[in-house]
Amino acid sequence: MIALFFRDLKLAVRAGGGAMLGVLFFMTVVAVIPFGVGPDLNLLARIGPAILWIGALLASLLGLDRLFQAEREDGSLDLLLMQETPLLLTVFVKCAAHWAATGLPLVIASPFLGLFMNMNEPAIGATMLTLLAGTPAITFIGAVGAAVAVALPRGGLLVSILVLPLAVPVLIFGVSAVYAAIEDPAPFLPPFMILMAITLFFAVIGPVAAAAALRHSAD
Amino acid sequence: MRLLVEGLSARRGEDLIFNDISFALAAGEALIVTGPNGSGKSTLLRVLAGLLAAESGGLFLEDGPPGFKHPHELSHYLGHRNAMKRELTVEENLSFWQRFLGDAPGGTGTDLAAAAEAVGLADITHLPFGYLSAGQQRRMAMAKLLVAHRPIWILDEPTAALDAGADRLFSGLVAAHLGRGGIVITATHQPLGIGQTQALQMRGFVH
Amino acid sequence: MNENSLAIRKFSALANPTRFLALADRVLPWLTVLTVVCFAIGLWLSFTTEGDYQQGETVRIMYVHVPSAWLSMMCYTVMAISALGTLVWRHPLADVSAKAAAPIGACFTFLALVTGSLWGKPMWGTWWVWDARLTSVFVLFLMYLGVIALNRAMEDPGRSARVSAVLVLVGFVNIPVIKFSVDWWNTLHQPASVFRLDGPTIDPEFLWPLISMAVAFTLLFFSLHIAAMRNEIWRRRVDSLRRQAARNAGRETLAP
Repeated sequence: MIALFFRDLKLAVRAGGGAMLGVLFFMTVVAVIPFGVGPDLNLLARIGPAILWIGALLASLLGLDRLFQAEREDGSLDLLLMQETPLLLTVFVKCAAHWAATGLPLVIASPFLGLFMNMNEPAIGATMLTLLAGTPAITFIGAVGAAVAVALPRGGLLVSILVLPLAVPVLIFGVSAVYAAIEDPAPFLPPFMILMAITLFFAVIGPVAAAAALRHSAD
Repeated sequence: MRLLVEGLSARRGEDLIFNDISFALAAGEALIVTGPNGSGKSTLLRVLAGLLAAESGGLFLEDGPPGFKHPHELSHYLGHRNAMKRELTVEENLSFWQRFLGDAPGGTGTDLAAAAEAVGLADITHLPFGYLSAGQQRRMAMAKLLVAHRPIWILDEPTAALDAGADRLFSGLVAAHLGRGGIVITATHQPLGIGQTQALQMRGFVH
Repeated sequence: MNENSLAIRKFSALANPTRFLALADRVLPWLTVLTVVCFAIGLWLSFTTEGDYQQGETVRIMYVHVPSAWLSMMCYTVMAISALGTLVWRHPLADVSAKAAAPIGACFTFLALVTGSLWGKPMWGTWWVWDARLTSVFVLFLMYLGVIALNRAMEDPGRSARVSAVLVLVGFVNIPVIKFSVDWWNTLHQPASVFRLDGPTIDPEFLWPLISMAVAFTLLFFSLHIAAMRNEIWRRRVDSLRRQAARNAGRETLAP
């Protein structure tokens, strides 16, 4: 299992891997927002956390469709399916590796983009913390979409369409936790706890559902 | 150890691909599946590997090691695709599969260098898999069968991209596996010519 | 033989990567020494001259910020010329040059952005504003990263060279936009004060350290660029040797 984790990390970092592309996309999305809404720093500071969250959500959807499709194309998926080790554990490890390669760089890049959005230090810290807690949930939800769409020739777009509605709760509680942290009367912890609960919930449900979908997609 | 297959039939969509196939293989025996294109050879092998559900019938293991419910957990499957990553080196690929697959009870896999030596490509394991020619890639995929021990080998057209020399090499690998008491089920046009071989002629299912 | 055709002959002789490697071996040590000397002079001048009466010590950031910003644009210009070389003259070293320049340019752009940000905090009270000059430099940075990602995504260097050359040339429109953004739009960033038609407006006290740092940075760029080109040529040779090794492997053992 550790071998699988490190193989997936290596593949993501090697030439043609998606690790850097996600961060680049994140930066680009965040960079075009001020062109749309105008360079008003106060406005940007107010909507900054939401923009970072939406950017991170879109960026983490990018490489998801390849999660199982790449394995299927070269036949590795067959071998992963045949083993005695539970498939849901395999799926969980693949999700963890995918998050470490694409989600974690987004979390690390978010403070710099927060500066571009003129956010103050508590807002940047809260955004980073909520992204750290919330992006794994997006990966786990995405694994279900990727498993469902694994056999489809143009699955990439479909995965995004399937996953985005499911990821809405993550976005809601992630953003509301950040605003709770920077606006005094609202407490930070309740929405943040719910966010973590969502992540833990999908960490269980996601691999189970994805494993079931993979079993039935074999042909 | 014996592998028993009883009354196996499989369906793809609405079509029945094959019907009521039965055979039994003891340790050290091989089964060669032949038949024209579309007769269901690949489907049969995928059902045996547990990748497709059988419509009826089943496969069982007699005197197998305890704790394994399905024969496919004790099987290697080499399909049309090699299950190796082009971006990683041959060594990284093989060592990943060695660690991920682990050894089935009753044997140990050979180390990477010996496995690469056995397919005649000992000195290029440091190269990315994508640099290799189609035939070399196929031979490295066979080396994958050696690095982790599995008593049952299920091979789908293993010699498709190989030249005559590599064909002989493949026969040698299969003979050695049978000699160690393994079971080989293969769809191939290549006569193995060694050991106890049974033949299964697939005709396709006619309604 | 007239002088012009001699120059052309020299230039096309450089097209041979082996000659380029020999030249790089000879030039690189001298260039490195020269770069170090220039940096020593530049840094000594930067830290011994007076601070600004308004900006205090922070004005010294300028001696790193302005040269990196110049180089971020010059590097892209080098890439654009190399891209032309790839597409028009099919010069075999042109795509090596473009590929080697991209990461260096990205580093200088990043340096310009970071030092600008550090300078902006005490001066303007914010790390970042979305003004024309800053935004277009940020876009330049993203373009560098895009070119690097494109170069990495394709295995065959010959094919990726053509494609990224097209991208580089299309992106070149950004350079004049950056250069003149401070004149065209009324922005927070100060207008150019060194390269002007009516002579520099900057105080000579700041001009000399700035010029020596700029020379040092330019030399640094050329040393890095030549070294990176040399590495890229070596990398391609290692690559083709490895492919050759893969082709030759296993032939004799299996020969019937």
